[in-house]
Amino acid sequence: MPNFIDRRLNPKDKSLGNRRRFLRRAHEELKRVVKERIRAGKIADVDAEQGVPMPARGTDEPTFQPARTSGQRQYILPGNKEFTPGDRIPKPGGGTGGAGSRAGRGQAEDDFQFVLSREEVLDLFFEDLELPDMIKLSLKETVSYKPRRAGFATSGAPTNINVGRTMRNSYGRRIALHRPRRADVEALAREIAMLETAAPAAGRGQRLEELRAELERLERRRRRIPYVDPVDIRYNRFEPQPLPNANAVMFCLMDVSSSMGEREKDLAKRFFVLLHLFLKRRYDRIDIVFIRHTDEAREVDEDTFFYSTQSGGTVVSTALEEMLRIIEERYPARDWNIYAAQASDGDNIAGDSERCASLLNGPLMRLCQYYAYVEIIDERETEIFGATDNGTSLWRAYRTVNEAWPNFQMTRIARPADIYPVFRKLFARQPTTPQRK
Amino acid sequence: MTKRPTSPLLFSGSDWNFATLSRTYDAIEAIALEELGLDVYPNQIEIISSEQMLDAYSSVGMPLMYQHWSFGKRFVFEDHLYRKGLRGLAYELVINSNPCISYLMEENTMAIQALVTAHAAFGHNHFFKNNYLFRQWTDANAILGYMEFAKKYVTKCEERYGTAAVEEILDSAHAIMDQGVFRYRRPPRLSSEKERERARERLEYEEQTYNDLWRTLPSSADSIDGENLSKAEREAAERKKALNLPEENLLYFLEKNSLILEPWQREILRIVRVIAQYFYPQRQTKVMNEGCATFVHYFIMNRLYDQGKINEGTMLEILQSHSNVVFQPDFDDPRFSGINPYALGFALMQDIERIATEPTAEDRDWFPDLAGSGDWRATLIDAWANHRDESFVLQYLSPALIRKFRLFLLSDRAGDNFCEVASIHNERGYEAIRAALARNYETGANLPDIQVVDVDLLGNRHLRLAHYIKNGILLEEENRDATLRHVRRLWGYDVSLCGIDASTGETRYERSTAQLSQ
Repeated sequence: MPNFIDRRLNPKDKSLGNRRRFLRRAHEELKRVVKERIRAGKIADVDAEQGVPMPARGTDEPTFQPARTSGQRQYILPGNKEFTPGDRIPKPGGGTGGAGSRAGRGQAEDDFQFVLSREEVLDLFFEDLELPDMIKLSLKETVSYKPRRAGFATSGAPTNINVGRTMRNSYGRRIALHRPRRADVEALAREIAMLETAAPAAGRGQRLEELRAELERLERRRRRIPYVDPVDIRYNRFEPQPLPNANAVMFCLMDVSSSMGEREKDLAKRFFVLLHLFLKRRYDRIDIVFIRHTDEAREVDEDTFFYSTQSGGTVVSTALEEMLRIIEERYPARDWNIYAAQASDGDNIAGDSERCASLLNGPLMRLCQYYAYVEIIDERETEIFGATDNGTSLWRAYRTVNEAWPNFQMTRIARPADIYPVFRKLFARQPTTPQRK
Repeated sequence: MTKRPTSPLLFSGSDWNFATLSRTYDAIEAIALEELGLDVYPNQIEIISSEQMLDAYSSVGMPLMYQHWSFGKRFVFEDHLYRKGLRGLAYELVINSNPCISYLMEENTMAIQALVTAHAAFGHNHFFKNNYLFRQWTDANAILGYMEFAKKYVTKCEERYGTAAVEEILDSAHAIMDQGVFRYRRPPRLSSEKERERARERLEYEEQTYNDLWRTLPSSADSIDGENLSKAEREAAERKKALNLPEENLLYFLEKNSLILEPWQREILRIVRVIAQYFYPQRQTKVMNEGCATFVHYFIMNRLYDQGKINEGTMLEILQSHSNVVFQPDFDDPRFSGINPYALGFALMQDIERIATEPTAEDRDWFPDLAGSGDWRATLIDAWANHRDESFVLQYLSPALIRKFRLFLLSDRAGDNFCEVASIHNERGYEAIRAALARNYETGANLPDIQVVDVDLLGNRHLRLAHYIKNGILLEEENRDATLRHVRRLWGYDVSLCGIDASTGETRYERSTAQLSQ
């Protein structure tokens, strides 16, 4: 007799630890791949599983291997159809003829992809943004649920018994099965007592017998049909309900004049991605509107936004006007939470910065939940501009807005690590439900 | 439907439960032990899910394994192939231990469960218990306990010395795992007591035979050996003798003699070495092991059908799966990936049965002892116990089988742009094909032969390895250099590898870690 053991209930994922070690080993390579994906992919796609190629660097396992290009070998192959001794078969492509089996595995291992989970992608993405751990956690968190009453169930925890419904079932069942009522039984018992004390009369003994038998029958029936039976019991049923979320629209504004290079756009993209991740956690539906501007502004799709260049001057206020127009047309502030993120290198045509400030101070900031502005500067300029108040005219104009509105944030960034502080205020506020205006 | 408790069928339909599993096991066991005369370890049969099977794959089939990133790499690889549908999972996995553990997948139908029970729990099990290589080199009683120790020990080291340090040692040890096995049996080491005894006896003998006259002779080194051996050479010989050189087991040598390793690092080398040694017989007996298991399940399933214990439907399913397993595509078929060990092993064993019972005149020529003896069971039991792939093929590959597979011998010289057909399945070719196929299964000869030959213990502690090149097959340079770096990490000082042609003795290349940029 063998020993049968059912292991199916044992914990799965015994290999998770090893998988994690492997990812750590391949860390640098994977980080590069994920960065590349974020640079090339869409903002909304960052927050998903990603297939990545097996990293070759750092994870090779060298052993002493015979070189395929040297020496003599003898292969035995099955299925000879036409060969006779002395026949010569040309080698395909100069490689070894019969070594098909050996070539197979090595190649397959190089060019296959495996899937990184959403968590793993985000970890790699967050890495040089230097986010506090709390924020990382809350960004990774998916939709939260709240239990909500949804009818009744026949099973559940004792604390969730619905007494009213249970008693209703019990009552119906008692009537249907003719469970003797207590009053009837008591009446019968009284009658027996009376007869027992009364004077003996003809037929009393027999009547007493009958009554006793009847009482016995009723009581047995009462015992057999319980007052509350397990089939009566009903429990309150709860269904997890996603927390009510509303819609949000996110405006991405960017200067695309020739002064914005590859590095600037890359930083801007990370800035937009981070805001998007944050919004995604709080809202069911997020629309992203891309507005690019030079000396005129236009709404474009994501590809055009990041990858096409346009020449021309720089008039920032055109972008704000375009945004205002789109809000009026499509995103009434009653129904939408409006977020805006603007990236620029600070250049603006003379005299326009004041107009920007008045647009913001006027209608725009009243409509927006939050407005973040980043000025992307050269890394060498951080020394000069890091803490000082002076700067371009746009910077100075926005400073007045910053003082007037608490939901306006601005900063200068030169490295990925500088991005997070812009959002610090946004992340610090952790309301459980989205705020509505 | 009336219930028929007297139905001879063990089961019908594809669903299984533990009652049918157990009933079927008993029927299979009866045939295996009584009709085939198998001798097996007690069985432990475990039911697992497909995820658990994937887990087991990536830790080289052991239920317990220490943690290492390379297993994670294997896991994502297998997982990927499985999810894409490129590769199915094995129906079972069996471990050479006592009790012998077989894993069955829960997705299998009852017919497949019966098939794999016969295949793994009796076929493989019998082979593990009786084959001389397994008996000699592996300890089925202790392996699970040892793996548990290894896992705990590595974890403890990680806690104590950090994951990175442990990983470094394991990486290096894995790199020379193929060179970490003993291929030949060594004489048992004398215990220290016996050694002292022997020294005492020798001294006694010298005292008894003492003769003052010997003192007057000139010392032997100058006059007799001095002509052939220089002083340096004599020292080298002595040194080699002290370290037991040359040594084929690099891991063993480094474990015992490395100058920089801490005791815990030596223990980890030892763990890797024990595991390598444990799996070495499996590599040498792939054809026999699978052939034995396939032959056993084929025999048992047919017997069950003959006895009316399984119905036609079940038998058809079993035959379908059996013929998938023993399918051998031709060399020009896109599905071809080398000779299928299941197909070859099964065919060899069936051929033995055929030769024993219905020999042709040719068989009487080739196998005079076996042909017509009728006792194929004894022959098989003996072959399973006393052969490995190489010797088994050399002994039993018959001309009939060569013709059936239409085997041919292709010789391939690296410089040429063609391969030449050297022999085919004809009278002149049989011997050559048989010998070449046997050579291809000689694991020891196909792995690069690398040995420790010398150590400069008094000077710069340079470790010399020699690669004996057979048939002119060199090493892949990039891998060779990376592996040498790993050896250097374990040795602590420079290491050089010298490629020596085994037939001519000429040096083909020399590579030292001093030349490699770190």
